[in-house]
Amino acid sequence: MRGYVPAYEVKSPETLTEALSILQAQPGKWKPLAGGTDLMVLLESGVLENRNLLNLQGLKELTGISVSPAEITIGALSTFRQILEHDLLKTEFPLLAAAARSIGAIAIQNRATIGGNIANASPAADSPPALIAHDAVIELVSSTGSRRLSYAEFHQGYKKTQLATDELIRAIILPRTQADTGSNDFFFYRKVGTRKAQAISKICFAGRFHPCSPGNLRLVFGSVAPTVLRCIQTEAIIQGGGLDLKTIQKAKDSLTRELSPIDDIRSTAEYRLRVSLNLLEDFLILARQKQSHVELGS
Amino acid sequence: MSNSAKITISCRINQRPCSFETYPMTRLIDLIRDDEHFTGTKEGCGEGECGACSVLMNGELVNSCLVPAVQVNGADIITIEGIIRENKFSALQEAFVDFGGVQCGICTPGMVMATVYLLGKNPNPTEAEIREAIAGNICRCTGYTKIFEAIQHACGKLGALQ
Amino acid sequence: MTVKRPVIRKDGKDKVTGRAQYVDDLCFPNMIYGVSVRSSVARGKIQKITYEGDLPWKDITVATSHDLPGPNVVAHILQDQQCLATENVQHPDEAILLLAHPDRQLLEEARRKVRVEIDPLPSIHSIEDSLNQKTVIWGKDNILKSFVIEKGNIAPLWNEAALVVQGEYRTGAQEQLYIEPNGMIASVSPAGITVWGSMQCPYYVHHALMVAFNLPKEKVRVIQTETGGGFGGKEDYPSMIACHAALLSLKSGKPVKIIYDRAEDMACTTKRHPSITRHKTALSKDGKLLAMDIEFLLDGGAYATMSPVVLSRGAIHAAGAYNCPNIRITAKALATNTAPYGAFRGFGAPQSLFALEMHMDRIALQAGLTPEEFRARNFLQEGHVTATGQTLRENPDLPGLMGTALNALGYHAKRANYADHNRNPNSRIKKGVGFSVFLHGAGFTGSGEKNLASVVAVEATPFGRVRVLASSTEIGQGARTVFAQLAADALGIDYDQVDVAQPDTHIVPNSGPTVASRTTMIVGKLVETAAIGLKEILIQSGHLKSECSTEDFSDQFRNACASYIKAAGPLKSFAQYQQPGHIQWDDTKYQGDAYGTFTWAVYAAEVSVDLTTYEARVDNFVAAQEVGKVIHPVLAAGQIEGGVTQGIGYALYEEVRLENGRMINNRMTNYIVPTAQDVPPIQVIFAENPYAHGPHGAKGIGELPLDGVAPAILNAVAFATGTTLTEIPLLPETLMRAMSNE
Repeated sequence: MRGYVPAYEVKSPETLTEALSILQAQPGKWKPLAGGTDLMVLLESGVLENRNLLNLQGLKELTGISVSPAEITIGALSTFRQILEHDLLKTEFPLLAAAARSIGAIAIQNRATIGGNIANASPAADSPPALIAHDAVIELVSSTGSRRLSYAEFHQGYKKTQLATDELIRAIILPRTQADTGSNDFFFYRKVGTRKAQAISKICFAGRFHPCSPGNLRLVFGSVAPTVLRCIQTEAIIQGGGLDLKTIQKAKDSLTRELSPIDDIRSTAEYRLRVSLNLLEDFLILARQKQSHVELGS
Repeated sequence: MSNSAKITISCRINQRPCSFETYPMTRLIDLIRDDEHFTGTKEGCGEGECGACSVLMNGELVNSCLVPAVQVNGADIITIEGIIRENKFSALQEAFVDFGGVQCGICTPGMVMATVYLLGKNPNPTEAEIREAIAGNICRCTGYTKIFEAIQHACGKLGALQ
Repeated sequence: MTVKRPVIRKDGKDKVTGRAQYVDDLCFPNMIYGVSVRSSVARGKIQKITYEGDLPWKDITVATSHDLPGPNVVAHILQDQQCLATENVQHPDEAILLLAHPDRQLLEEARRKVRVEIDPLPSIHSIEDSLNQKTVIWGKDNILKSFVIEKGNIAPLWNEAALVVQGEYRTGAQEQLYIEPNGMIASVSPAGITVWGSMQCPYYVHHALMVAFNLPKEKVRVIQTETGGGFGGKEDYPSMIACHAALLSLKSGKPVKIIYDRAEDMACTTKRHPSITRHKTALSKDGKLLAMDIEFLLDGGAYATMSPVVLSRGAIHAAGAYNCPNIRITAKALATNTAPYGAFRGFGAPQSLFALEMHMDRIALQAGLTPEEFRARNFLQEGHVTATGQTLRENPDLPGLMGTALNALGYHAKRANYADHNRNPNSRIKKGVGFSVFLHGAGFTGSGEKNLASVVAVEATPFGRVRVLASSTEIGQGARTVFAQLAADALGIDYDQVDVAQPDTHIVPNSGPTVASRTTMIVGKLVETAAIGLKEILIQSGHLKSECSTEDFSDQFRNACASYIKAAGPLKSFAQYQQPGHIQWDDTKYQGDAYGTFTWAVYAAEVSVDLTTYEARVDNFVAAQEVGKVIHPVLAAGQIEGGVTQGIGYALYEEVRLENGRMINNRMTNYIVPTAQDVPPIQVIFAENPYAHGPHGAKGIGELPLDGVAPAILNAVAFATGTTLTEIPLLPETLMRAMSNE
């Protein structure tokens, strides 16, 4: 049953300062509205609980993708279309570009924003695994200032984030350090959805591997835990043991311990776990092939 | 039960200036269909899954069921009726009919909008690009095959015209 | 001649420009909106209804079953379904009362604020529980319909057989998912009821309104609006919505529009019946079928509605395209506490044919024969007798059709190559090919057509324009275009000179429902006959020469129409269905000619299975079929491609998830149908073998393509993975389990 549209009040501040002062004045009252691709669906099915919405559309401080030698800054209101069509993002941050392309279909990509995807904090969101694998930093802003934190620390539990009630996500920052070594980074993104397009993920995996910098290894899963999950223990096993079959088996055992998938409307815990292990194995075997190429100097 | 205040929204729909007194979360599709009577834009799901309500908003393809009125202010909206007016795409629309890309017709306006958007960005798409471009538009009748044929044929024709 | 040429479809331009008017596009003065308040439980007794909240209840029209002038039923085959639940609810989301108001937003809020207290009663949610009578929820024994079809005697064969193979196969429910949700507008006045809406069968709606409102037929008028897909889903359910809209209009005195939103449409309206089929088959040592014992069970949902006839078609198709001297088919449709299942393209046949075609591959494997060799030894031929005792009067060239389909796919080479490829333990993508052979009975089952006795009219204006009058609806399949082609050719006039009337029960005669692949074959033949009759009228009356040149025939025809109408008044010709003499059917014994003719098909699929994710994907598909004669090549191919795509959904994606009888994935986000990126190239091949009683030799093709897709795909997946598969939908989760169990 549809929500009761007249009950929803929307404020449309003209500046970021105004938006932040509204949030500060009435903490928790105003829910930010960006591209609407999540909130309008909740409204349609009658479950959009917060009746006070803060329309962020047009806030210049939150838009645009800017490039500096050290980093690429993606404004929170950037749409996935803008992201996937950005040439530098495509070459330097391919996991993010792949994630953006896997979201919904074109009409959704044209409206859905990266800030909304993050703030919604669904464990099934497509961009967070890619962002974590790229070592993204998130910038939060409030009336009293702004702060940056590692994006990997932003999600704390099911639908729980570090975003305070008076804060907005201003931007995602991608460090370009990897641009120096990026040519040898091996990236792997796989969304296992219910179909090829217009799908919500059942499992999502973003992996990154560098043959010469074991510290660059990232194993990040979506949809298999209360929140997006970087599997640090499993990473450590590979970093310590290499890519031989025995270590890969140890990594799979570790991953089994790290993930906590559930049964839901889209899949089963059993399937999610098994496929996650398969994805890890596929990734590590490909990584080993890359490594042997590097070792052979090819 | 308490109602929020209505707001005034101004925009252009099919090049016609429009003004609405409406609730901020009223859907764009309702403004288009109920207020402006452009009923060529169809509602199939109300949640951005079927694509039947696709329109162009400031040149971007969007699902009009997912755009709240409050975000339409100042926008330029083109619906299927606006496409007809332009004449530029009559070859595309003819191809949809000639090649069997139209059956029950309920997805067709949205499918045409998605194609217009594709061809605006990429006049010579590959089959894979066509499939990606219309993947957000569900057709339950055709199996899509004849829609690809129609689009591929129209690309040739439109290309020849340019 | 327009037949066999791809003339431009009549409704194409209006649809591609967005001008076509669907029910939700119509608006009448003073029109208000209607919604339904529904049951929250699967089964129970209604105790109390309260209207809560700060809402202007006095301005909201409320209607219950007590407001109905006639009996509280939606008239179908049996009159067991309530129009509105009064004392008991039998399934989740059953309509209990109706609300109407000019403000749609307010209505949504109001229906949340109607509190219906229901004392729950025990409910049942599986075929097994219904059969075991865990609780009796319908009739004496939960059996909506049962019968046995027998040919020969299966009993003595089990010991003689060289091989006996058993199998159990299951299919899930499937949602039609027409993209235009159900909707109706009704306007009631002292003169009677008029409804406009999305529907397949105007005279079904007409009948239901006559019964529920206790009105004579002339006081009920049903007008079909442009209909955005049906696939069976708008066969019986529109009668329910029409009754609801009419009741609200009666109560409020205003026209009332009811449009279901997607979630409501998916939760409440009909779907394909889930099924269980058990096969026990005896084989001779030379690989011939000796005996088939088939048990065919359908979950019918809470009311009988269409289940008896779906069961008939499913059971009659259960032995498929094979010749077997001894067959027993035991069929039962069982009641459960879920929304009634109904018609969906194929109408029971996709369920029973899925089971059979999976079973045929299983037998072949056990008998040490290739799937094609085993089938070829048992194909039906002219003169053979089917399970119902029907002697085949046509010669289906099944070996030829099978050769065509398999060659088009490159089946033999691929089967050999993929067998090698799949043996490589490093290949994460396994490949397979598989196929199915099947038939589909065209038109109503048994004496259905005779009982319907459909009528079509063709009329002409003084300007020589011809109009076809039939209640058969255009729902995307191209009925309007095909009727115009057939009338134009019968009269010898231009296709553009022919119009096809929008079905309106005040204007068109009852040509029967738009179902059962009957529109081209049965109704089209009547269109042709009526058109020939119209020409005869002109010739007999001397207004048209019997031998006239073709060059200026349009002018001669126009002049003849003008002079006839001036002299004799309206020019109109009728045709009524006459059952061909060879069709004999006994309804009580399920014996005789089940169908006037059959279409025949061999479908072949090539698949990949990703062992990382257990996803099966169709890479290539060949659909070869014999359809009598093709009337419109583009429309006919479109029917096949669309049906195949729905079949791909049925096989691999579409799962209706029920929790206590309620569909919980009733949104397009969670009910997964194929997108443009999920569908392979589909090669459509038509073989022709004209049917004497179809127009230009045409047979019905609408349902055929859904029948054999799922088994072709699953046989290919079974080959790719070496796994025994028995169930659809084959979701990756299901395949993973099946592979671990091997």
